[in-house]
Amino acid sequence: MEIVYVYTKKRAEFGRQCNFSDRPAELHVDIIPDPTQAENFIERNPVDIGLQCVQEMSEHEVNTERFETGSRGINHTEGGWPKDVNPHELEQVTRFRKKVEKDEVYIQTIQNLGVVMEHCIKQNNAIDIYEEYFEDAQVDEVDETPSAKTINVFRDPSEIKRTATHISWFPDGPRKLAVAYCNLDFQGASTDTSMDSYIWDVENPNKPEITLKPVSPLVCLEYNPKDSHILLGGCYNGQIAYWDTRKGSQPVEMTPIEQSHRDPAYKTIWIQSKTGTECFSASTDGQVLWWDIRKLGEPTETLYLDKKQDFSKAQGAYSLEYEPTMPTKFMVGTEQGVIMSCNRKAKTPLEKIVANFTGHIGPVYSLQRNPHFPKNFLSVGDWCARIWSEDIRESSIMWTKQYSSYLTDGCWSPIRPSVFFVTKMDGTMDVWDIIFKQNDPTLSLQVCDVPLHSLRVQEHGRLVACGSKDGTTTLLELSEGLYTLQRNEKNLVTAMFERETRREKILDARHREMKLKERTKSQPEEDAKAHDEEDAPPEEDLYAKAENEFWDIIKTEKKKMPDPTQDIEKSDTGKDGALSRLMGQSGFFGSDPNEDDMSAGPSTAASPIPEGAPESEKKD
Amino acid sequence: MSDVEEVLKRIQGHKGVIGTIVINQDGIPIRTTLDNSTTVQYAGLLCSLTQKARSTVRDLDPSNDLTFLRIRSKKNEIMCAPCSEYLLVVIQAAEVQ
Repeated sequence: MEIVYVYTKKRAEFGRQCNFSDRPAELHVDIIPDPTQAENFIERNPVDIGLQCVQEMSEHEVNTERFETGSRGINHTEGGWPKDVNPHELEQVTRFRKKVEKDEVYIQTIQNLGVVMEHCIKQNNAIDIYEEYFEDAQVDEVDETPSAKTINVFRDPSEIKRTATHISWFPDGPRKLAVAYCNLDFQGASTDTSMDSYIWDVENPNKPEITLKPVSPLVCLEYNPKDSHILLGGCYNGQIAYWDTRKGSQPVEMTPIEQSHRDPAYKTIWIQSKTGTECFSASTDGQVLWWDIRKLGEPTETLYLDKKQDFSKAQGAYSLEYEPTMPTKFMVGTEQGVIMSCNRKAKTPLEKIVANFTGHIGPVYSLQRNPHFPKNFLSVGDWCARIWSEDIRESSIMWTKQYSSYLTDGCWSPIRPSVFFVTKMDGTMDVWDIIFKQNDPTLSLQVCDVPLHSLRVQEHGRLVACGSKDGTTTLLELSEGLYTLQRNEKNLVTAMFERETRREKILDARHREMKLKERTKSQPEEDAKAHDEEDAPPEEDLYAKAENEFWDIIKTEKKKMPDPTQDIEKSDTGKDGALSRLMGQSGFFGSDPNEDDMSAGPSTAASPIPEGAPESEKKD
Repeated sequence: MSDVEEVLKRIQGHKGVIGTIVINQDGIPIRTTLDNSTTVQYAGLLCSLTQKARSTVRDLDPSNDLTFLRIRSKKNEIMCAPCSEYLLVVIQAAEVQ
């Protein structure tokens, strides 16, 4: 139905004012009710209607301005003297004092006060107010649950947030923190990203104490342990620079680009030397360079991370480890997951890289010797942290469970030999105490929601600083149990390391024996060639060898099918699968029921083997 | 005059007393048994502390007043006897055996 009514108006009358007038009503349309339509009508019952009985409000947010505090002090030495008395004139001062002493009020007051004072002194002398009541009482070791609390959070002050890539503690007391900031994403840094790094006062998170202004953002920053004014930094463009905090924000000197690393200088370390000016650095370009900050024009020494010192085949270094008690030795963790033990003073280039430790399947992000047992060291990479012994090159002696997120950094507690810390991509920091628990961290702490990137423990072991991806550095204080040496702890740790080393040795020997047997059985002709890896076989042979090995393993696994110990995941190296079977059968650890359980249970087969044993020791 | 001397001497003579200082209301040390720099430091700091303590007591109850202030520390005890015009400070060592 269409209702149309046409109004007509002359063109000449457009725009004229309206002229209304009364007139009788007219009917334009008459619609007659249609009863069929009424049948289509359905009554809606019940009817849903939304009602709000509260007043509706819109959401508002207010952010108050950040309250910034600063410390101020006044040294009040001499003052309050009347105007006509000069406190530096002895004569005037004595005259003023004499005058006061003659004052009637003074005499009266002092006499009154003297009585009160004497009373108190006598009181003090009557009772020894400083008596130590419980001098001989032994303080019981309290079994407190390990914990940590956040003391301060230092945020990257620049607009575009960068990763806190490296932290260094002030060497004389826990007062300052040097943090390097850099965007590590490949080509992720825009041109207006700040390049500054900062030194923070641990008490003041509002404003950095000193700003360091490098020409390229710093990847690492290290305090000189001998001179706390000097800092060494490795830049993203590969240059090494050093700062003297007494001389301002600009670097004192930098290495020339053509002599520096070609990749970011991921780690720099000061070397124990008489002058305290020597240092060395490593980078993913495969070079380790030694420097003396007195002449940064060229490196004093160069090492390529390849057995034959071939630069084109060198592996990229991600982490460095240097122990001042072993000045010529150092270790490098590479991007390929290999840990290289090197000797700086080797006579021939071939002897420079003493040993390779393989085990990680991703870059080794952190490497540190145990401060109490330098033979044992911690490495962090891929999804787990491993503890190694220098004697065993084939495999680590202990390792943590496989985490679900990547690990990013780790270090030992400087006080307790059994405690180490790791940081992860999910923003948590884990504290492990290998004497207390081996299969789980003692403490897992959600530090922030973004990935953590760096970690450093203060010398006294109480404070831990964690740097995150978005540039916040969180300062944590650990509970007392985590930084006080437990009774008998050193002996227990020694025993544990020794036992695990021995176990690994036995397994290793057994494994080698097995391998040899299999070799001689299947392919006696290839044995000689494959046995020695030093003269690398051509690539095709390697493929063929790998394939054969794979099928061998599958075959042996199939034969053992009813045995629950087998674990496909483990058999990928061909070694561990065989090991787990070995342990189930040969009964090396038959005397230890825990150990057997660990290897026999299918659910625990993938977890580290050493875990069971120490627990049984703890029960003793 | 000699009475005052006598009182102070007697105080100084007690066991463990390291020093006695008399300070006027402006913080000027009138009499002291310590060296000048130590005295000035004690005078400046304790004068303001005593004033603060007194105002605290009075703020809590206007009809109240501070009569004595004892500060026990690891090494010694500092005792301050205030009155309106002067402040008598005595430092007594902790290791009184």
